[in-house]
Amino acid sequence: MLCSDCKKRPACVHITQIKNNKKTEKHLCEECAKNIGAINVSFDNQFQVQDFLKGMFNQEFFADAQTTNEVICQDCGMTYGDFNHKGKVGCSNCYIAFSEQLSPVLTRIHGANRHTGKFPKRSGGALKVKQEIKKMRQELEQYVINEEYEEAALIRDKIRSLEKNIGMDNKEA
Amino acid sequence: MIENLLDQPFANWMKDGAEDDDIVLASRIRLARNLEGIPFPQRANIEQLAKVVSQMHESLDDLNAMKQADYMFVDLEKIPLLERLVLVEKYIISPDHARKAEKRALLVNVDTTASIMVNEEDHIRIQSIMPGLNLTEAFSLADQIDDTIENKHDIAFNEQLGYLTACPTNLGTGLRASVMLHLPALVLTKQMNHIVNAVTQIGLTVRGLYGEGSEANGNIFQISNQLALGFTEQAIIDNLYNIVKQVVDHERAGRAELYREATDTLVDRVWRSYGILRYARSISGQEALSMLSDVRLGCDLGIIDKSPLCNFNELMVITRPNFLQKLSNQPELDSVERRQLRATIIREKIKQEGI
Repeated sequence: MLCSDCKKRPACVHITQIKNNKKTEKHLCEECAKNIGAINVSFDNQFQVQDFLKGMFNQEFFADAQTTNEVICQDCGMTYGDFNHKGKVGCSNCYIAFSEQLSPVLTRIHGANRHTGKFPKRSGGALKVKQEIKKMRQELEQYVINEEYEEAALIRDKIRSLEKNIGMDNKEA
Repeated sequence: MIENLLDQPFANWMKDGAEDDDIVLASRIRLARNLEGIPFPQRANIEQLAKVVSQMHESLDDLNAMKQADYMFVDLEKIPLLERLVLVEKYIISPDHARKAEKRALLVNVDTTASIMVNEEDHIRIQSIMPGLNLTEAFSLADQIDDTIENKHDIAFNEQLGYLTACPTNLGTGLRASVMLHLPALVLTKQMNHIVNAVTQIGLTVRGLYGEGSEANGNIFQISNQLALGFTEQAIIDNLYNIVKQVVDHERAGRAELYREATDTLVDRVWRSYGILRYARSISGQEALSMLSDVRLGCDLGIIDKSPLCNFNELMVITRPNFLQKLSNQPELDSVERRQLRATIIREKIKQEGI
């Protein structure tokens, strides 16, 4: 069977369309089918996760879509609108710049919005300690409020030694 | 060294003797990382991309100080597209990485157990691939490489969100663990759809390896984790491992049942496919994959009993279009020539291995 469009090459794509209860059939060769967009054989057009994401980050969550789209990352100049379109952020600072918008969406994708896995050994070690110090400061305050000064002094010393370990003590002094 | 990488179809992940390797072809771990203070590759300019490449080049010596390490640095800009596509067919780099080569690089261990793509979607994509079901070893190697790189360079990390990546789906651990499986019995017994449905409900994805889920792709599937944030690396790997184990059990049961219930049909199918591979003078890539799947199943079930078998993983890669092109040493094969060359190679391989 020859292609019903060009009538030169053999037909290899067979399309049956049903519109308003009327059935039409077309038999096309690869070339003609490509031209009318009936088949998509291009390597570049594979469907990607980002395509789904674009839908997920849409503005319906946010009352004021216009302002949301104009939120900009000062580091790389990406706006939330750009991100929405591409599904990928521009730099690590984007996560801070768009944190308010992203947080609910991250929970939607991952079911969580807090990392519990590996920390970078060198730079992340200090981060972990800082987190610990923050927690201990809260405890310290509580002890002071409760007038448990002995406990407070103990925890104060612990905080100092931790700060010394990660080189935060100079600043504090 | 690079010649070896490009001319030899064999890669470490094709070795046999690993756990469940009658069904699990390979296990792969990928860690996505970015350098602090430089925009992600899609948004970086040429100088910034070059900076990432040069920083990663600095890590070459550190990587080589690791155990069993012999890394080389490949400037992807300097090798032709065809060779980059061969690397894709061997699962060393991704299709995206092959197509956009400007200021893109690759660090790869000569034994092909590990590679690092520089300036793909993220600045750094560490990949480790092991034969059979062996996510633990693959992760352990990727983890060491990560530590080695981080020891010298500041990695974009946030206490709450974890490792920061260009795509929010990779955020957190930056980990994608995946397992390549050969599942002919689940396809033949029409159970694959149920598996796909069940698996996607528990945070994993299933993809066909060459194109989406059709039967004609050699019955090879890839199962991987979808979620990367809020779980430890170990939990993600354990979850995938447990599911894969169950899929493997189903496949084994399916094979046994097929053999029991439809012995004649199955034996006939296997030998017909073998006959085609053994004598055909022209064969398409899809047909080759699907016949290879039958013959592989036949060997696993002892229908074809003359072991040692040829390495099916290797044959699978050799018969890919770009690898054939590279192997032919000719300017440009047309599809007729490619089919003929494919048939010739398969004939020789199967004969040579003496089935």
